[in-house]
Amino acid sequence: MSENATSEEIIICQDVCKWFGEFQALKDCSLRVRAQEVVVIIGPSGSGKSTFIRCINRLEEHQAGDIIVDGIPLTRDVRNIEQIRSETGMVFQQFNLFPHLTVLENITLAPIQVRKMHKDEAHETAMALLNRVGIPEQADKHPGQLSGGQQQRVAIARSLAMSPKIMLFDEPTSALDPEMIKEVLDVMQELAETGMTMLVVTHEMGFAREVADRIVFMDAGEIMEVGTPEHFFTNAQHERTKLFLSQIL
Amino acid sequence: MQEIHASQIRPPFYRDERVLGIFTQVLVVVVVVGLGLFFYNNMITGLREKHTVAISFSFLGQVAGFDIGESMIEYSRERTYARAFVVGLLNTFQVAILGIIFATALGIVIGVMRLSTNFLISRIALIYIDFFRNIPLLVLLIFWAQAVFLKLPRVAEAIVLPGPIFLSNRGVAVPWGLPTESWSTYQIILAAGLVLGAAVAYFLREQGKRTGRMPLITLWFLVTVAAVGLIGWIFLPQPLTFDQPVLEGFNTQGGKILSQQFMALLSGLIIYTAAFIAEIVRAGIQSVSKGQREAATALGLNPAQTLRLVIFPQALRVIIPPLTSEYLNLTKNSSLAIAIGYPDLFAVAGNTILNQTGREIEMFTMIMGTYLSLSLLTSFLMNVYNRRIRLVER
Repeated sequence: MSENATSEEIIICQDVCKWFGEFQALKDCSLRVRAQEVVVIIGPSGSGKSTFIRCINRLEEHQAGDIIVDGIPLTRDVRNIEQIRSETGMVFQQFNLFPHLTVLENITLAPIQVRKMHKDEAHETAMALLNRVGIPEQADKHPGQLSGGQQQRVAIARSLAMSPKIMLFDEPTSALDPEMIKEVLDVMQELAETGMTMLVVTHEMGFAREVADRIVFMDAGEIMEVGTPEHFFTNAQHERTKLFLSQIL
Repeated sequence: MQEIHASQIRPPFYRDERVLGIFTQVLVVVVVVGLGLFFYNNMITGLREKHTVAISFSFLGQVAGFDIGESMIEYSRERTYARAFVVGLLNTFQVAILGIIFATALGIVIGVMRLSTNFLISRIALIYIDFFRNIPLLVLLIFWAQAVFLKLPRVAEAIVLPGPIFLSNRGVAVPWGLPTESWSTYQIILAAGLVLGAAVAYFLREQGKRTGRMPLITLWFLVTVAAVGLIGWIFLPQPLTFDQPVLEGFNTQGGKILSQQFMALLSGLIIYTAAFIAEIVRAGIQSVSKGQREAATALGLNPAQTLRLVIFPQALRVIIPPLTSEYLNLTKNSSLAIAIGYPDLFAVAGNTILNQTGREIEMFTMIMGTYLSLSLLTSFLMNVYNRRIRLVER
């Protein structure tokens, strides 16, 4: 567990609601995340976990409630949206690496195009990040030539290249073969130890227990319960939380 | 332990995989060769009954004796059939190349518009596509020729656009440069400008490779060439005189006249083909998974950067093969020119020359051979390009 969570609230969600047509995907979700905190979101599939974190960087638009990221209110103002996106990195279940670019180009694309960084500098940063995730030797390959675990580590490096303050993980290990899950979780754990603010949707209870500062349980679009790992795994309050935990543990 | 002899068991021949395979191949060869022989026999018999002249291309050297409405090279009725054939070929070339360039540009614009989140823009694109894609090209061409370009006012009352450009039912008259004595010197200067422009482009490209941000190379290339051209223009005594079309009685004099047939054929082909290209572009863009756009967005790329750097490069590999087909279609469809009186390859060779000489076999061999070569060349170039943009996997 990272002990370095500060008191500054970097993500504030207040009564966030989201509808897909008639279907309400998020019902009055409220959550405050402090800087450097690691929050893991669990819950059955279709419970709105992914939708919730996708609202935070505006991949989905919330229709009611407030979201404030690092003091910037997330509204229709495109300048705010741009700022929030530049402070948040996102890692997807399907990696979503750019298949037409090499690993190195995947990582340097946004720093060069968005941050207007010089190519040499971007390369240096990218190589440092590839070292950090443990695959510097893959720099000149294309994503299609890498294993799933390697691709996901590149995806993490790609997000980190924009030096975000917050990292959002949307089921980062769900598309991986079992033997590759650990290499990705190790990178995430190392990232948590450096004090990154992380919001992680996952089914990896081991990771939740070891790394999370708090665990959020969602069901049917609602946040049912929030608490520390000890509280969660030993003393869950809610019936549905207990049922869910009994099914997966 | 029991011995196993599975590999030695022979099935009856009519169930034997290998025998069946060979039998199918033999059958196909027999059918194809039989059909070929039948048609060849048919042609030979037909030729014998009709006329006894042996197949020969020597008539191409004879005087053509007919005029051609427009030509990119010098031509008169005293020239040979071979020369007339080349005139037709060049006219086809001209329409095909210009058509491909403009249809691609228009098609990409309409295709991207079709995917716009703006309701009005996407609806306009949809209507364009559904309208022009569903009208036969021949109808469209005759419509442009008869209802648009022929309905322009008579020359005496021509619509004058700045330039001056005269729009009339005789076609479009535009200003055109006429070479003077210093033209050949000026051409050398222009060539030097091209070399300098290429050098600048190369330098920028190398620099772009180092910084990772490609400057607008094409723009700087054009600026360099234009600058050299301008300097040459100032120091030389008028290498070109601008011949502006003027109204004289019932006709325009001077300038360059783009005939109404040419304009009708070109605009018809562009508008028709662009509708198909737009759908190909749309399909290509939509074939790129939604996650790619999301990843680019999450990284902070704006919509234009996302389209240019992430979506389009991946869409291209879906777009290129059907786009090649559209290029081939446009080139072949240009043979409909005969319906509106534009002297393209087919109108000159397949109609006039053939009627005058009666050489069906020879002319059709030449015409089909030419279209076939043009098409194979186009596909070859597009395939080379397609291989270059292929994704690396494993």
